[in-house]
This record gives sequence, C-alpha cells and structure tokens, in this order.
Amino acid sequence: MIRFFLSRLLTFVPTFIGVTVISFAFIRVLPGDPIIVMAGERGMTQERYDALVKQYGFDQPMLAQFWDYLTGVLQGDLGQSFVTKRPVWDEFFALFPATLELSICAIIFAILIGLPAGVIAAVNRGKFFDRLLMSTALVGYSMPIFWWALLLIIVFSGNLGWTPVSGRIDLIYFFDSTTGFMLIDSLLSGQKGAFGSAVRHLILPTIVLGTIPLAVIARQTRSAMLEVLSEDYIRTARAKGLTPFRVNALHALRNALIPVVTVIGLSVGTLLAGAILTETIFSWPGIGKWMVDSIFRRDYPVVQGGLLLIAVMVMAVNLTVDLLYGLINPKIRSR
Amino acid sequence: MAETAAAPARPSALAEFWYYFRENRGAVIGLWFFAVFVFVAIFAPLIAPYDPTEQFRQSTLVPPAWEEGGSWAFPLGTDPLGRDMLSRLLNGARYSFFVGIVVVVVAASGGILMGLVAGFGPRWLDTIIMRFMDVILAFPSLLLALVLVAILGPSLTNAMIAIALVLQPHYVRLTRASVLSERTKDYVISARVAGARLPRLMFVTVLPNCLAPIIVQAALSFSTAILDAAALGFLGMGAQPPTPEWGTMLAEAREFILRAWWVVTFPGLAILVTVLAINLMGDGLRDALDPKLKRS
Repeated sequence: MIRFFLSRLLTFVPTFIGVTVISFAFIRVLPGDPIIVMAGERGMTQERYDALVKQYGFDQPMLAQFWDYLTGVLQGDLGQSFVTKRPVWDEFFALFPATLELSICAIIFAILIGLPAGVIAAVNRGKFFDRLLMSTALVGYSMPIFWWALLLIIVFSGNLGWTPVSGRIDLIYFFDSTTGFMLIDSLLSGQKGAFGSAVRHLILPTIVLGTIPLAVIARQTRSAMLEVLSEDYIRTARAKGLTPFRVNALHALRNALIPVVTVIGLSVGTLLAGAILTETIFSWPGIGKWMVDSIFRRDYPVVQGGLLLIAVMVMAVNLTVDLLYGLINPKIRSR
Repeated sequence: MAETAAAPARPSALAEFWYYFRENRGAVIGLWFFAVFVFVAIFAPLIAPYDPTEQFRQSTLVPPAWEEGGSWAFPLGTDPLGRDMLSRLLNGARYSFFVGIVVVVVAASGGILMGLVAGFGPRWLDTIIMRFMDVILAFPSLLLALVLVAILGPSLTNAMIAIALVLQPHYVRLTRASVLSERTKDYVISARVAGARLPRLMFVTVLPNCLAPIIVQAALSFSTAILDAAALGFLGMGAQPPTPEWGTMLAEAREFILRAWWVVTFPGLAILVTVLAINLMGDGLRDALDPKLKRS
C-alpha cells in the first residue's frame, strides 16, 4: 500500500517539473519583448529598459533564469502582474473562490440530474425512457456551451427576465467578503434579498458549466449500471424478493458508483476549460475570465503563473482520485 | 491454399463492419447528416445563393423568411452587416470540415508515430514520451490551445496547430497501450523470427491490429476539434472576421442576441448538429469495432 502511494507520488515530480518548464518557456517564446509590452505605448529610455531587463533577470543565461523561476515557484513566488503590479499568487487566490463556487454548484447540478438519469436509463434499457434520456445526454455532450449560454440568456434573461446576465450579485448589495463564496457571504451579511440575488446570478452559469459533466455522468452511470445489473448478486437480490427500488438503488448503484466517482473526479479539467468560456460570457470574476483577460492584455506573468497553478491543481486532483481509487479497489494497487 | 478457398465465403471486414454499424440506428442517422455536411463543405460556393462576405447595406438584420418582415431573398435572414446568413452558414461548413480533417490527420499521425516509438523503443524513451504526454494532459485542453494561439498569433491555421497538439496525447496513449498488448502475441513473435525488421514490425505487422480504438478516437477528436476551433473563434483567437467560421460568427453576433435571435441561433445550431452527428457516428463505430461489446 505504501509502495503504491509512493510510486504514484513519484510520477508527480517529473510531471510537475515538465509543467513548470512549459509555463516558463511560454514567456520566452511569446513574440514581442515583454519589457516593451510593459512600457506600453509611451515607450521608455534605453537606461530604463536596461534596468528592467536586469531587474527581471532576462540578461541571465536561460538555465539560470529557469533555476530562479523554479526556486521562486517552490517558495510561492510567481512574479507580479504587469498590469496591476500585484503578485500573481494573491490575484489567483482572490479570484479562485468565485471559480470554485461556480464549479461546485455545476458539479452538484450535474450529479443531481445525471446520476438518476443514468440509473433510470439503465433500468429501462432499450425502452422509450432509455432512448430519450440517452439522446438528450448525447445532445448535451455535443453542446457548444458558449452557444448554450447565449440561448439561455435569450430565453431566461431576455424574454422572461428571470435571471441577470452577468456578475455574481446585484450592485445594490455591498458587504465585505469573508469566505469569498458569494452564497455564504451574502447569508452572513444579513442583508435582505442578497442571498436571493446571489442565487439568481448563479443559476445560468451553473447550468451552462454543468451541462457537459451532466451528460458524461449520465452516460457513465448507465453503462456502469448495465454492467452491474447482469451480475449474480443482483439476481440473488431479486430472487430474495427485494423491491426493485432496493435492488437498483442500494445493491446495484453502490457498486456502479466506483467508475462514476472516478469520472467525476477527472472532470476537473473539463470544468476549468468550461469555466474559461462560461466566466467570459457571464462576466463571472473567476480565474477563467482572469486568464482570458490576461492573454488579451499580454500580461505574461499572469498567463504563466495561472497556467502553472491550474495545471498543478488538475494534477493534484487526478493524483487524489488515483490514490482514492487504489484505496477502494485493491486490484489497481498490485499493478 | 485450397482449404481456405473452399471454405464458405467469410464476409469481408467491411461487410462485417457495416452489419454491426447498421444495427445502431443513431449511427446511421449521424452518418447521413455527416454526408450532407461533407457535401455542403465541398460544394458550398455552388449551393450558397450569395458570396459569404457580400454586404447588402439596405437589408441589415432582416429576420428569417417565415418571420414578419422577412423575405425569401434571404431565407435565414441577414446579419448586422447585411450579409446573407444562409450563405455564411453553408460556407462555414468548409472551415469546420477543414479544421476537423487537418486536426485529426496531424494529431493522429504524430500521435501514432510517437505511440509506436514508445511501445517498441527502449524503456527510457518510453518514459520520456509518456511523461511528456502527461504534462500536456495536465493542462485543460482549451486553455493550453488558447495560450498557444496567443503565442503564435490568432488565426485559423494556428488554432488548428494548437488543437492538434493538445489532442495528440490521446493517440499516443491509445497506440502505446495497444502496441504493448499486441507486441508479445504469437504472430508478432513469428514475424520477428522470420526476420522482419523494426519498421516492418511497427507499421505492417502491429499497427493494423491497433487501429480500431484509434479510429474511434479519430471520430471523437473530429468533433472535439470542431468544438474547440469554434470556441477559439468565439473568444477571438481562432478564425478572424469576416471569415464565416461558425464560432467567429457567434462572437460577432453576441451584442445582438436580444434584438436578433437568428444571428445567434443558427451558427450555434450548425455547430451542434454537426458535432452531434459525428458523435453519433463515433458511438456506432465503437460498437461495430469493439469486439468486446459486440452483441452485448
């Protein structure tokens, strides 16, 4: 068991170094001199330019620059934003709760609908419900979510006027952020209507971001359930005279859940990619929008640091899923 | 040999494939839609009523023909610059088709080659290649493509390069996994004993037997490529206006969503229908090619 954990942890190290190399390389490969970009349209004197080149260490050999970068990263120093002059690290963690809140809501939405849909489809295999649910799931899976977002805005914000189009809360509410999660902060603030406003702002982004995970979960649940339903112990449970609900929900689903949980864990990358589009459309102040804005502003340290942090986060989640899976399923461990 | 010739005619591989593929009704529908899509992509300039960039300044934002104020001169209406939506959509199919083909060919050929090298090569080379693929897979694909395009400069060509690069690791992993399971089988060993050299072993003996999962992956990445290219276009990092690429069209139409539903609805619908058709086909391909799932 310990050997399994250690070997998995060891594969993390080269991947981490590779991810650092790639995010380091980007700033050096990008066209245009970052110093000139920083100066903006005003330009700068040669002395100032030389000073900045020295300050950022661009005059050092590449390997020395990488070493500086790597040691900086390991100490939590990802550089400063060219635009705001604030440390990348601080900016990331100021915006991260917004993305986390949205992602958690999206994955809960996906599980609440996707899991029962998959079970119902599997139990009714080949019948009308199965076909209906699985066709819908395939449509969801094929959905260009940026278009889906626009459609929902047309219907629910434009025609019905139910939901706001952008942001996390109406501007009339103002309170200090204690947790960074708008749902919790608005409750803590005690202001009337603040929580409702936060919920209304969350609904459309949640649906948009949750659509593809929902489809994936529904499809995966169905196929896992089908596999389990043909097992002997299910036949035994049926023969014992248990109600169909007990058999399906308690006996079958429990074992079908293992691959489903893996899929949910591995969908973090999908969620973050989806967050880029969702946050841009709904002006959601999270890390997805932050990355897109920084790319357009050519704010290289932010792009570099954000890329690294996101990749490390995806890797950490994947590793956790891997380790948990090994914990649940001993067969994996021995490999 | 006489015995094999006398045996009852075994259905050809293609006929067998078609037999299983046909059983999946969704896949056949997907195939039909895909055929229409390919036809439109090839003959768009001949079918489209107007040039996709021609601007009719007197008729901007004309609604579709069946709506009040619409006219059959512009069956699906016009966009804010007075360009015919139908002509732009038909021409947009060309870009999506092109993106899909190029991305799949580049990603698959590169990925298969690297997968073969990883599977046949020495242990250290295998480790280097696979760790490198892990690194690429650690980044959310759209984000990596976005940053790559920002480096290379926004254009459709660069978007295709970026997407191909991001999708490549899947082919490497699939190919390597199949190679590792095939490599120790008797037919490969006998080919080796008979004196086949490494390139022959790789491409002639083993590769054809690894193709099934790769073909399924190709269908899946065709649709992913179309979706990602449209997403990049939507973010302003793919095809640039006035190219009638579907994602770019959506980006241009964004500010008009509450005034003119058709400029937003149709390009997205085109993306959805195309991607859905390809995914349906992909499901059918998987069922028909995966022997484990056959008749299950």
